[in-house]
Amino acid sequence: MAKIFVNGDAQEVVLPLNVSQLIAQNDVAQPEMVAVQVNEQFADHDEWDNIFLNEGDKVDFLYFMGGGAA
Amino acid sequence: MIDFSEEQIKRYSRHILLKDVGVEGQEKIMGAKVLVVGAGGLGAPVSLYLAAAGVGTIGVVDADVVDLSNLQRQVIHFTKDVGVRKVESAKEKIIAINPEVKVNTYYEFLDSSNALDIIKEYDFVIDGTDNFPVKFLINDACVMAGKPFSHGGILRFTGQTFTHLPGTACYRCMFKEPPPPGAVPTCSQAGVLGAIAGMLGTIQAAETLKYFTGVGELLTNSLLMFDAKTMDFRKIKVQPRKNCELCGEHPTIDHLIDYEQAACDLKK
Repeated sequence: MAKIFVNGDAQEVVLPLNVSQLIAQNDVAQPEMVAVQVNEQFADHDEWDNIFLNEGDKVDFLYFMGGGAA
Repeated sequence: MIDFSEEQIKRYSRHILLKDVGVEGQEKIMGAKVLVVGAGGLGAPVSLYLAAAGVGTIGVVDADVVDLSNLQRQVIHFTKDVGVRKVESAKEKIIAINPEVKVNTYYEFLDSSNALDIIKEYDFVIDGTDNFPVKFLINDACVMAGKPFSHGGILRFTGQTFTHLPGTACYRCMFKEPPPPGAVPTCSQAGVLGAIAGMLGTIQAAETLKYFTGVGELLTNSLLMFDAKTMDFRKIKVQPRKNCELCGEHPTIDHLIDYEQAACDLKK
């Protein structure tokens, strides 16, 4: 087991684990619409399968938020 | 140096009292020109607070008229204004709060044909729009024109915002392109708690005043998110993306793009 931080919250995960698998585990809605940062660097969608997480990594999911006027 | 009248010293006394603002800071605010795109949920509190603060010139862009369903959160518009152009309704309240503010109204949609022309007249831009095509348009136009702006988005019980200055992370560093039309709901589709608009809009107004007075640290290279259900506020660091299509090392976007809007957004 390893401890990583997802959106600021600690999470115990089993390694090896790539970003795509983490997204699936976290039931992220509409993953194709989510921007992902790993340790404060943006991770391109087509790299998600190749980015493997390590103990202590910080992962943030950024979601579109479109409202404001109407 | 502006010669403050007694009335101005009284009106702005709570700013002038602040050591970080003072007369000099207030003078900077009074010389500021701010463009507010969207006189809606976010544009309403932003415009009201900027007017009260004495921002010299406020431009308001909006192609809509006030609808009864707007009044739950768009606090610059009153019941009597239903059916009135939002820019005119906003202008009336701005001047009622502070007759010293010069208001420019743009009763039109911001698009690739007018964005750069309108933005170039201003020092700071507020994104108070309700749709992704225009959010990307504002981002692209401001990056191209070297203008700072405040991005804002709200949905249901949540909000997010960041401030961009030339050289700091832009919207495309975070989100490469707009979601397909209809893929992500907007407030008009999913709803929003009215006060959320005030929470986020006043953050945008505070960022604007911080920018002009040079006080504190702006929300640059960061994204502030909050969830009013838990009142959790979270600020994450965001780095400019080296391969950003707009502001990266080898940009590929060299003109403004009018993305397609979701049909339900166009009707409103």
